[in-house]
Amino acid sequence: MDASRRTFLMAAGGTAANELGQAQQHDHDHDHQDVPSDPTLRVNALESLLVEKGLVDPAALDALIDTYQHKVGPRNGAQVIAKAWVDPAYKKRLLADATNTIAELGYGGRQGEHMVVVENTPTVHNLVVCTLCSCYPWSVLGLPPVWYKSAPYRSRAVIDPRGVLHEFGLDLSPDVEVRVWDSTAELRYLVLPERPAGTENLSEEQLAALVTRDAMVGVGKVKA
Amino acid sequence: MNGIHDMGGMQDMGPIRYEKNEPVFHAPWEGRSLALNLAAAAWRKWNIDAGRHQIELIAPADYLRMTYYEKWTQRLEELLVKTGLVTEAEIDSGKPAPGSSKMTPPLTADKVPSMLRSGGPASRSVPGPSRFKVGQRVRARNIHPTGHTRLPRYARGKTGTIHLDHGAYVFPDTNAHFLGEKPQHVYSVRFTAKELWGEQASPRDAVYVDMWDDYLEHA
Repeated sequence: MDASRRTFLMAAGGTAANELGQAQQHDHDHDHQDVPSDPTLRVNALESLLVEKGLVDPAALDALIDTYQHKVGPRNGAQVIAKAWVDPAYKKRLLADATNTIAELGYGGRQGEHMVVVENTPTVHNLVVCTLCSCYPWSVLGLPPVWYKSAPYRSRAVIDPRGVLHEFGLDLSPDVEVRVWDSTAELRYLVLPERPAGTENLSEEQLAALVTRDAMVGVGKVKA
Repeated sequence: MNGIHDMGGMQDMGPIRYEKNEPVFHAPWEGRSLALNLAAAAWRKWNIDAGRHQIELIAPADYLRMTYYEKWTQRLEELLVKTGLVTEAEIDSGKPAPGSSKMTPPLTADKVPSMLRSGGPASRSVPGPSRFKVGQRVRARNIHPTGHTRLPRYARGKTGTIHLDHGAYVFPDTNAHFLGEKPQHVYSVRFTAKELWGEQASPRDAVYVDMWDDYLEHA
């Protein structure tokens, strides 16, 4: 890698460094993200080079982006969870063979090739992380959020899961067993959250609307 | 490689910064970077393990400063040059070398749905029974490979229990370096929090780590 590109990157990365410096003042109401402008130029240049060389098809790029912006996301996983809540046979299959059971609803493929579903109960709480990079079940949750890919989450989820959960507003009783799943291989983990009380009369579709991405990663619970 | 990417168990990285209603991409270039990575990978000049390793090779200070898609962009440039699909000069100028012939992209828009649907399964069949059985005690080997590995530092030398046998998968430690797939069993190994983190850890908690056969020894 030549020096000019490295310098370019470090300039672009300055924003993230500033954010780290400000981290102590951060709270969970934070809702903006500083976006450096330099990466735009760099990625544009790379795209135009690869298109001109015939290495990539710009229409394929558009289709890929459209897929992850509009088609593949946590609504997929929410449907799996809602079905497991209302259909005991489906839930049983899901816990035994997640990949094929999720495929029954039409979801699978890239970064969901090998799925495992882990069930939360009153006595067990599951939390998913990838300490080595940012592995995440794309086929059912879409692309991972920034916090999931961040150093604070990746570093602490395994050594202090209860502290991490506290930051997400979830304080578990010491009696609850916390199981952390580190996605070090090609298995991708989806948490089956507890069905909230008071939802006995809701339809599968109404239940799916309650299920959040955070609950399926294990950093939250589903609320009625 | 004992790199900065191997973060499990590090402390003082700051609070987790949660963004409400986070968009899929924070700027158009992030989506373009993701798509370029996926489309260029369709040339099959590298595999997913080589791709992960290329991100690990980013200098530690840069790794901590850069955002996710900045790393993806840098990784792609490095892989394109390493595999000869483009030259350094082309990256720097943004223009194809004079006289270079135009190629035909393997991934066209009509192939995107089937490419994503089929994904890239890493499971393989291997003959014979697996070396470890569910319930068996095992120790993660205390090894420090200088290349790519998916054996996190925090688990090395620790004793756990085989929770599941996931079947056989491509071995990243060789595949990342184009030294073959060396397929072998992957197990979910349960380590108690106390085994990993000592007396201050919760007595009820555990970390489950997916581990290839080569990472394990009898305990």
